[in-house]
Amino acid sequence: MMTLLTLCWEFFKTGLFAVGGGLATLPFLTQMQQKFQWFTAEELGNMIAIGESTPGPIGVNMATYVGYTTCGIAGAVLATLSLVLPSLIVILVIAKALDKYKSNPLIQNMFAFMRPAVTGLIAAAGFAVLKIALFKDAVLSFQSIDWVAVALFAVMVFLTQWKKLKKLHPIAFIALGAVIGIVLGM
Amino acid sequence: MKLLWELYRSFFMIGAMTFGGGYAMLPMLEREIVNKHKWGTQEELLDYFAIGQCTPGIIAVNTATFVGHKVKGVAGGIAATLGVVSPSLVIITVIAMVLENFMDIVWVQNAFAGIRVAVCALILSSVLKMGKSNIKKYWHAAFAVAAFIVVALFNMTPVYVVVACAVLSFIFGKKVKKA
Repeated sequence: MMTLLTLCWEFFKTGLFAVGGGLATLPFLTQMQQKFQWFTAEELGNMIAIGESTPGPIGVNMATYVGYTTCGIAGAVLATLSLVLPSLIVILVIAKALDKYKSNPLIQNMFAFMRPAVTGLIAAAGFAVLKIALFKDAVLSFQSIDWVAVALFAVMVFLTQWKKLKKLHPIAFIALGAVIGIVLGM
Repeated sequence: MKLLWELYRSFFMIGAMTFGGGYAMLPMLEREIVNKHKWGTQEELLDYFAIGQCTPGIIAVNTATFVGHKVKGVAGGIAATLGVVSPSLVIITVIAMVLENFMDIVWVQNAFAGIRVAVCALILSSVLKMGKSNIKKYWHAAFAVAAFIVVALFNMTPVYVVVACAVLSFIFGKKVKKA
């Protein structure tokens, strides 16, 4: 019971202070590992691998995994909810304020400046995935190019840009990727 | 009540199909939120990302809360948030329960290798779409390229980029509007 409460508190703190998305939770998890020994450093490594490659936000995946390994299903549910709770509250407050000041020129100006930059940020996130997907061990060099992946990427880009298929749900492309990955033994 | 269920269901799908964290959910978001349900515009999604980037918490969750709140107030925010975390909760618990060495299974690794490539192509197609509607002047392009370079090549945290844009907007905002 005590562990469960501590677990909730630790993940609440993580949710409150981890600014900037999924992997920002990592330093907090490392700290948790050293402080409570709920899991080993190696387990944390496995968690990151699983959290990064299974669907869902990485931070949430990590909370569920740590919660389950320490306190079972109750731990998984409570750790996840504790992680989400602070941002839920903060965002609801901001959303309310935004409704009120949406037409303020200062705010509109701010977003006009941010939008192109965020487009660049998304491209950067795509680049991070690209490094892992197309290069062996994510090393950017000619020798480590995974040519099978590059070929598949070219096909995928063509398919997603092809007018007839453009309307297809992203899930279709993800499923296709999974099937091709298994068939080719990538 | 029906709307809350719709929100939960849509974000459940988005959560279940987001591979690779926050921004990777953009193609799914566009599809479900902008095209299918018309709950918001592309510009709004970008605004939510910008705010989500510099507020605490996970961007995917923050975006879900925003969209949910816009559609159906506080209850909507909660429904969308629960929706986006539910799949992880189920999938990860099952993985932790059943499979000790899930990532060591060869065909699972192969499937994920294929999925990652597909996700790259999907993100690229989202970026192209975003670029078309948001990059219309030279300084827009300069901002986008600068943001890409400092984050992708110099590993700067995106938080600084968003904050820098906000500061610049306060200093130069008026001039740009006149010009």
